[in-house]
Amino acid sequence: MADRLFSSAVWLSAALVAAALLWIVGDLARLGLSHISLEFIFSAPENAGRSGGIGPILVSTLLIIGVTLAVALPLGLMVAVWLAEFTRRGNRLSNQIRLALDVMAGIPSIVFGLFGNAFFSIYLGMGFSILSGGLTLAVMILPVFIRTCEIGLTAVDNSWRQGAEALGMTRTSAVWHILLPAAAPAISAGLILGIGRATAETAALIFTSGYVDRMPESLLDSGRALAVHIYDLSMNVTGGDPAAHASALVLIALIILFNLLAQGFSDRWLYRRLAT
Amino acid sequence: MFRGNIDRLVEPPLRLAGFVCAAILLLILLFLIKEAAPVLTGGGWRLFFADSGWYPMEGLFGILPMLVASLVVMLGAIMIAAPIGLGCAIFLQYYAPPVLAKAFRLLLSLLAGMPSVVLGLWGLTVLVPIIGSWQPPGTSLLAATIVLALMVIPTMALASASALSSVPGSLMNGAAALGLTLRARICYIAITSAGAGIRSAALLSMARAIGETMVVLMVAGNVVQYPSGLFEPVRVLTANIALEMAYATDLHRASLFASGLLLTLIVLALAWLAARSNESSKQYG
Repeated sequence: MADRLFSSAVWLSAALVAAALLWIVGDLARLGLSHISLEFIFSAPENAGRSGGIGPILVSTLLIIGVTLAVALPLGLMVAVWLAEFTRRGNRLSNQIRLALDVMAGIPSIVFGLFGNAFFSIYLGMGFSILSGGLTLAVMILPVFIRTCEIGLTAVDNSWRQGAEALGMTRTSAVWHILLPAAAPAISAGLILGIGRATAETAALIFTSGYVDRMPESLLDSGRALAVHIYDLSMNVTGGDPAAHASALVLIALIILFNLLAQGFSDRWLYRRLAT
Repeated sequence: MFRGNIDRLVEPPLRLAGFVCAAILLLILLFLIKEAAPVLTGGGWRLFFADSGWYPMEGLFGILPMLVASLVVMLGAIMIAAPIGLGCAIFLQYYAPPVLAKAFRLLLSLLAGMPSVVLGLWGLTVLVPIIGSWQPPGTSLLAATIVLALMVIPTMALASASALSSVPGSLMNGAAALGLTLRARICYIAITSAGAGIRSAALLSMARAIGETMVVLMVAGNVVQYPSGLFEPVRVLTANIALEMAYATDLHRASLFASGLLLTLIVLALAWLAARSNESSKQYG
C-alpha cells in the first residue's frame, strides 16, 4: 500500500512538472502566435509597443549580446586557460581567484544592475547605453563561463598534454592546437549557458541599457532589450499583452537559435582544427 | 632551443586577465558599499531595520516588511519546489525507463532555461486572473510563490538527481538483497545517503529564489506590507530595487544599494551553506 502510494507520488510530481511546462508553452503559443509576422519582427514599435513590431528592439538586443560576448569570450577563455594550464593545482593565488569567481556567480542579477548603473553608467559616464548594459552582462556571465571552460580543460586527458610535451610543443601551442579544441564541447556549453542568461536577463538591464525603443545609432545610445520590452509591455502598457506574448515567443526562439549557433561554433571551428 | 619562450610571453597577460576578474568582484563590492555609505554610516542602518515602514518621500526607509516578504516567498517556494523537485529526481533516477528519463531531463532543462521574464508574463496573464477570479486582486503572495517554485524546481530536481546518482550501487544492491522494496530502499538508503547533497540542492534553490527579481516583481502586486495572508499583495526587496531605482536620489538611492548589499549577503550565505553541505557529502563518497 505504502509502496503504491509512494510510486504514484513520484510519477505524479514528474507529471505535474511536465504538465506545467506544457501549460506555459501552450499558453504562450496560443496568446502570441497569431500576433507574429515578418512585419512584427522587422518594423518599429508604435503606440508604446501595442502595435507595430520589435525591429529596433531586436537590433538593440543583438548589440548588447555582441558587446557582452566581445568582452566575456576572450577574457573568460584567457582566465580559464590560465587557471587550468598555467597554474599548479593548489596554487594559493589561483584558488583565491576561483573563490572570487564563485562569490561573483552568487550575486543576484538585480545587484549587477545596481553595480552597472553606479560604475559603467555613472562613474565611467556611459549613461544609459547599450555599451553599459553589455558590459554589465559580461561581468554577470563571466564566472559561469570561466568555470565551465576550466572544468572542460581540466577534464582533457593528461596523455594529450604529455604527447604534446614529447613532441616538443610549447604549452601555448599545446593549448591552442590541442587542448582548446579538445575542450570544445565544454566551451560551447559554457557559451550556451552564458548567452542564455544574457539573453533572458531583464533586471540587470533596466537601469543600465534603459528603455528607449528607437533604433540605436551607436553603442552609446540607450537600447531596449527584448526581455525589458516584455516586462514593460506587460506591466506598464495596458493592452500590450498580445505583443508581450509574441515577444516572449521571439525571445525563446532567439535563445534556441543561439544554442544551435554555439553548438555549431564549437563543432565546426574548434573541432575541425583538431581533426586536421 | 626557444621552447618555453613564447610561454613566458603568453603567461603574464593570462595572469593579468585572472587579476582583472578578481578585481571586478572587489569593484562590485566597493561600489555597492560606496553608494550605500550614507545609510551605513552614522547608525542609519538602525533606522533601516527599526523604521515603521518604507516611505522614501518622508525619509523613512524601514525595509523589514519587504525583508520578511522576501523570506516568506522564498520559504513558500521551496516548500513547494523541494518535495516536487525531489520527486522528479527520484523519478529520473529510479522510476523512469531510460528513454523517458532522457526526455524528462530535456524537459527540466527547457524549464530551467525559460527566461524569468517569460515565466512572469505567464504568471501575470494566466495564473493571476485564475487566482483573482477566486480571491481578488490575484497578484499576491500565492501567485509569486507558485511561479517562483516553478522556476526553481529544475534546479532542485537536477541537483538532487546528481546527489542520488552518487549513492554507491553496493548500498542499494545490499538493501535489495535484504528484501527491501524499492520505496524502502529509496526512503531509507538513498535519501539518507544523499542527504547532504539534497540539502545542498534545496539551499541552492533558495538562493535562486530570493535573488530572483522579475517573476516576483510581475506577479506579487508590489504593495509594501507585512505578508498577512496568501492572497495579499506583497513587495520583496529585489522588486523594490527594480521599481524605485529609476527615480531614487540621495538617501533613497543609498538605501536601495544597502538593500542590494543585504540581499547579496543573504544569497552568499545560502550558497556557502550549500557548498559546505556538498563538501561534507563527498566525504562518504
